[in-house]
Amino acid sequence: MSSSSQNDFAIRCQDLRKRYKSRGGSVDAVNGLDLGVRHGECFGLLGPNGAGKTTTIEIFEGLLDASSGDVEVLGMRWGQNDDALRQRLGISLQETRFPEKLSVFETLTLFRSFYRKGKDPAEVMGAVGLGEKAKAWVGKLSGGQRQRLAVASALVGDPELLFLDEPTTGLDPQARRQLWEIIRDLGEQGRTILITTHYMDEAERLCDRVAVVDLGKVIALGSPTELIASLGGEHVVEFAVANRAALAPEELQHLPAVREARDESTGIALTVTEPHVAIPALLKELQSRKLNLVRLTTRHASLEDVFVHLTGRHLRDDDVSST
Amino acid sequence: MTTYHPLKELSLARLREFLREPEAVFWTYGFPLLLAVGLGIAFRNRPVEKIYVDVVAHERATEIAHVLKQDPAMIVEVHGEQECRDHLRLGKSSLVVIPGAVVTYVFDPSRSESELAHQRVNDVLQRAAGRQDPVKSEERLVTEPGARYIDFLVPGLLGMNLMGGGMWGVGFVIVDMRVKKLLKRLVATPMKRTDFLWSIIGSRLVFTIPELVVILGSGVLFFGVAVRGNVLAIVILCLVGAISFCGLGLLVACRAQRIETVSGLMNLIMLPMWLLSGIFFSSDRFPDALQPLVQALPLTQLNYALRAVILEGASLTSQFWRLLILAAWGAIPFAMALRWFRWN
Repeated sequence: MSSSSQNDFAIRCQDLRKRYKSRGGSVDAVNGLDLGVRHGECFGLLGPNGAGKTTTIEIFEGLLDASSGDVEVLGMRWGQNDDALRQRLGISLQETRFPEKLSVFETLTLFRSFYRKGKDPAEVMGAVGLGEKAKAWVGKLSGGQRQRLAVASALVGDPELLFLDEPTTGLDPQARRQLWEIIRDLGEQGRTILITTHYMDEAERLCDRVAVVDLGKVIALGSPTELIASLGGEHVVEFAVANRAALAPEELQHLPAVREARDESTGIALTVTEPHVAIPALLKELQSRKLNLVRLTTRHASLEDVFVHLTGRHLRDDDVSST
Repeated sequence: MTTYHPLKELSLARLREFLREPEAVFWTYGFPLLLAVGLGIAFRNRPVEKIYVDVVAHERATEIAHVLKQDPAMIVEVHGEQECRDHLRLGKSSLVVIPGAVVTYVFDPSRSESELAHQRVNDVLQRAAGRQDPVKSEERLVTEPGARYIDFLVPGLLGMNLMGGGMWGVGFVIVDMRVKKLLKRLVATPMKRTDFLWSIIGSRLVFTIPELVVILGSGVLFFGVAVRGNVLAIVILCLVGAISFCGLGLLVACRAQRIETVSGLMNLIMLPMWLLSGIFFSSDRFPDALQPLVQALPLTQLNYALRAVILEGASLTSQFWRLLILAAWGAIPFAMALRWFRWN
């Protein structure tokens, strides 16, 4: 698909900015964002609500105009030959309520009709596991089924580049896993996928590369493994002591194998390289200070830890009890 | 390989959505029908009023009762005097006749039906006794279709429905799609925006035909409304009216982001026309000072034209100016709406 080194990127943007006027001032939703999404990769924009992910993806989709900056999608720019570009894109918005009184098949046939080339709606229904719901009205579908319909509506045009904005938000765990499988299959077919999410597990599972976005900027970029490795340790040890005030995280930084120590709402979290070295040292330290351990868990470090490490905040608001 | 026609698919989607929404079908077709039936019954031409007369028991009472019963409108009963007075007092009868050398009529002159009964009973008794009227006269009774209230009402209801259908069928539908982000989703595809607008307006025009059939058809069927105009002319007039209100519907919907906003705007636009445009009574009744406003409203012109064509059999060419005003009401808002339309 690539003809020159310039076109290795399915999406490229430089110094992208979007300023919204609001009462008494303005808000920079996107604030100097640089990005390059390669052909054939599944790329994730990971960040908390309000980080500017949706604004960014909607600028890429040609639904919003950027305030400034340069955006190239599939080697083209918006405003030149939009129809030709749209023919090659598949888009699933964060929230679309399809007509409730149309059947799944009718909805997909409608969307199929907008594209010169594309897939048979029946085939796409099968691919997203809605084959048995062909005649069901959209209003009768579950949340997960509706979200799969949204993805299907993006697929009927057989797109080279697929945009999925928060595809699993609000779904139950089983419905999310179903959708992940579908998205992984799509990636394996060689399509380029740009996905936004505020679920770190989603980004870790689906994405070849992830850009961590905060306050309208990319603050980290790489594969999930690279990003986690950047913490210096792949493991997180979380613990709590009875008398919380008696121990500050900084006092543990010197322990062997500990790369970072930070306060959590429920205790202290240590990023460690080797848990079997760090934990005995930690227990010894607590004993010498006569502190009672009430909880201790270990887990693999995640993109969540990367985000917390970079910003001091959690990805999801509901994870933060202090604010 | 299947070929797909976006305009066809968009229009089909609109038609399916509408037909699968029982409420929408009711408000479009059922409601005006009920309104026509209700108003038709309320303002129907009443059968000839009966005249209730009591005669006080007397040796001549039967004879008088017999004479009065020759008049088919009279309901005559013979009772004792007290009972007769009770009937009169309770409104069960309008007049009490007391036979005798001098016939006495007992009635309440402030009740119009009593006064009427008095005249009629007296006439019948005097003529039966041999009175000759010096002026020869005859009566011709008229209840002609075309001049009744229901004849006036049906074209007005049709006009009202074309207005409501156009405004809701375009304005509401578009804002609903915008609220549900469906409009944004459609714009994210290569769909042609003109296809989208044509599908909305086209399906609205398709719905116009059954509206016309239901309202005018039930007028003809249930109330014997006489359609004197050319059917094609009526259809064309309805379509022009429908297009006119599509333009207004599109205009109110072009920026609105919430259903409440568009409902408010639509009511704001429709309310003056409900009142002023001659749906239930003639616009001519408004004072001269108001007439420039009244005449400028599209529904006024549509209603005048509908009545002229349906009831008087006027030609479309005779309604040229009205059609032109309607077309302007369609075209100007349409152009404004296209300019300001918020797709995202």
